[in-house]
Amino acid sequence: MDVIVCIKQVPATTQVKINPVTNTLIREGVESIINPFDLYAIEEGVRLKEKFGGKATVISMGPPQAEAALREAISLGVDEAILLSDRNFGGSDTLATSYTLARAIKRIGEFDLVICGKQAIDGDTAQVGPGIAEELKLPCVTYVKKISEVKDGKMVVERMMETGWQIVEMELPGIITVVKEINEPRLPSLRGKMRARKAEILIWNASDLACEMDRIGQPGSPTVVKRIFAPPQKPAGKILQGDIDAVSQELADELKRLGII
Amino acid sequence: MGIKVIDEKCSGCGLCEKSCPFGAISIKSREEVGKPHPKFKRIAVISEVCNLCGACVSACPFGAIVIEVEKKKEEIDLSQYKGVWVVAEMEERRIHGVTFELLNKGRELADKRSTYLGCVILGENLKEKVPELIERGADRVYVFDDPQLKNFVDTLWVEAISALAQREKPEIILLGATTIGRAIASRISGRLRTGLTADCTGLDIDQQGHLVQRRPAFGGNIMAEILCTERRPQMATVRHKVFKPALPDKDRKGEIIEEKLPDGIKLKTGFIDFVKDLTQTVNLADADIIVTGGRGVGGPDGFKVIEELARALGGAVGASRAAVDAGWIPYSHQVGQTGRTVCPKLYIACGVSGAIQHLVGMQASDVIVAINKDPHAPIFKVATFGIVADLFEVIPHLIKAIQKVRGQ
Repeated sequence: MDVIVCIKQVPATTQVKINPVTNTLIREGVESIINPFDLYAIEEGVRLKEKFGGKATVISMGPPQAEAALREAISLGVDEAILLSDRNFGGSDTLATSYTLARAIKRIGEFDLVICGKQAIDGDTAQVGPGIAEELKLPCVTYVKKISEVKDGKMVVERMMETGWQIVEMELPGIITVVKEINEPRLPSLRGKMRARKAEILIWNASDLACEMDRIGQPGSPTVVKRIFAPPQKPAGKILQGDIDAVSQELADELKRLGII
Repeated sequence: MGIKVIDEKCSGCGLCEKSCPFGAISIKSREEVGKPHPKFKRIAVISEVCNLCGACVSACPFGAIVIEVEKKKEEIDLSQYKGVWVVAEMEERRIHGVTFELLNKGRELADKRSTYLGCVILGENLKEKVPELIERGADRVYVFDDPQLKNFVDTLWVEAISALAQREKPEIILLGATTIGRAIASRISGRLRTGLTADCTGLDIDQQGHLVQRRPAFGGNIMAEILCTERRPQMATVRHKVFKPALPDKDRKGEIIEEKLPDGIKLKTGFIDFVKDLTQTVNLADADIIVTGGRGVGGPDGFKVIEELARALGGAVGASRAAVDAGWIPYSHQVGQTGRTVCPKLYIACGVSGAIQHLVGMQASDVIVAINKDPHAPIFKVATFGIVADLFEVIPHLIKAIQKVRGQ
């Protein structure tokens, strides 16, 4: 089974904060990590490969620095890594990103399954997985928490919904996006780390992918960010003090006053 | 790439560097980069990490950074697109609450644009459901009533809604940011080659008549305003409970249009079954009141106290990641970045320290109460009311006080 895993390098969200006084971003020592949900996608891809044989390839679109994320994926058991990098990809929204990743998947050619994480923690859109499916006209199941069967060119999966889960059959090749319930990602092995250090990371640009230039980067992105600002600060809260009985009563009274209870 | 620094205007002050969420700007010596200036010694340099978000453009006091918007080849006549649409969703034979919320916001947007509010509904045996959509604001309801639509199958929804949108040309389509909404919105926008903005928390119309889509980014630490100026329809998803629901008005009139699924849809996925999660007695996303326990609860037994408080308030039980990872309570209760995002009217955090990953999942709640022994716990920063004390001492008193207040 040949699997392609799409990953994204993201800033560790916890470290991007806004300085409330100057209203600017504090990003001292911002560290880049593999999008946490993508670690589950990598693990699932590697497990499928180990179980059924075949190859696991990881792709990522991003600046040259994203190579670090790809090397980490190799240390986790992926066979091959491809970086899609080109200044012309800059300013891509989810539509242009889906198109670019779809071009790369097309160029890879032979595959049975594409796996993406549920969403990236920087944008939180969950749009790129289904977006790739639409571009490649492939079936797609989002929020997969379990692959229960792979047989006769089909796969049965469990998809998380708000009140339970759907059991769905999907023809292969297809695309799934995965949630964290699907597995427990492994840590990199020593051998994996050595392999990652030596591995050659392929770099593909817009012309390697034969992209239509008006479908990538900013020209290919219908949405534009008009402005960015700090969310309105909540007024400082009130610390209730006194003995526990009085404090509890005060809180209950406040909640009553606010019409909550 | 369309961003550049105007050499002669840049003073090298560094404000843009601080404003950049991607760390794409560095301040360099003008001598080193070969761009000397009679007054300024330093200059901003933008690397290819730049995502053209525009944060630096607004941060620059000198107007020294510009983003040139390249004209797209194909111009679309925007005036032929009319109407605001809401895609309705069902949950166990009832119309999902998010649909009523979208109808409320959709009505407001349609009035601002002097156009109609449409609603698309897909399912089986929908006859009695349709009038409620009109009562809550829809002028037109497009109904796909088909046994094939009994259970959710992505492709059927994508094909039906895309074909209808191509025929009717709405200017705005709103969907719930639910599992279903998120699964289909991106595919429909791909089909229509138009823009889509996820998880909007604010929607408005600007002076040019475009939809202004406001949404949090970077886990809620930054807000962004997004436009889709050259494509139609403008598409957005909105989370449940972000907007107030439209109230029914029995006298409202509207048009019902019966639609048929397009012919020859090739299905490559098939619905087999739906398993209801029985461990989940209250849907966290729907709860008006949530009482959450964290590490301070101390163990599975400690959650009994949390449950008692939740019961007294008629609320649901939430948990921090620490409590879930420790195995004290199932994952379905987890609130936060890797759990559920909630925005109830009242959120009571008991023994939760308030890691940022937790805060982003609950800080939009109307009223937040924090009970924690540690006065320095970050949870107090977002709390409307804080009590610095042991939760096991406070909760029994609080339950009594609530019962007393309720009894009055």
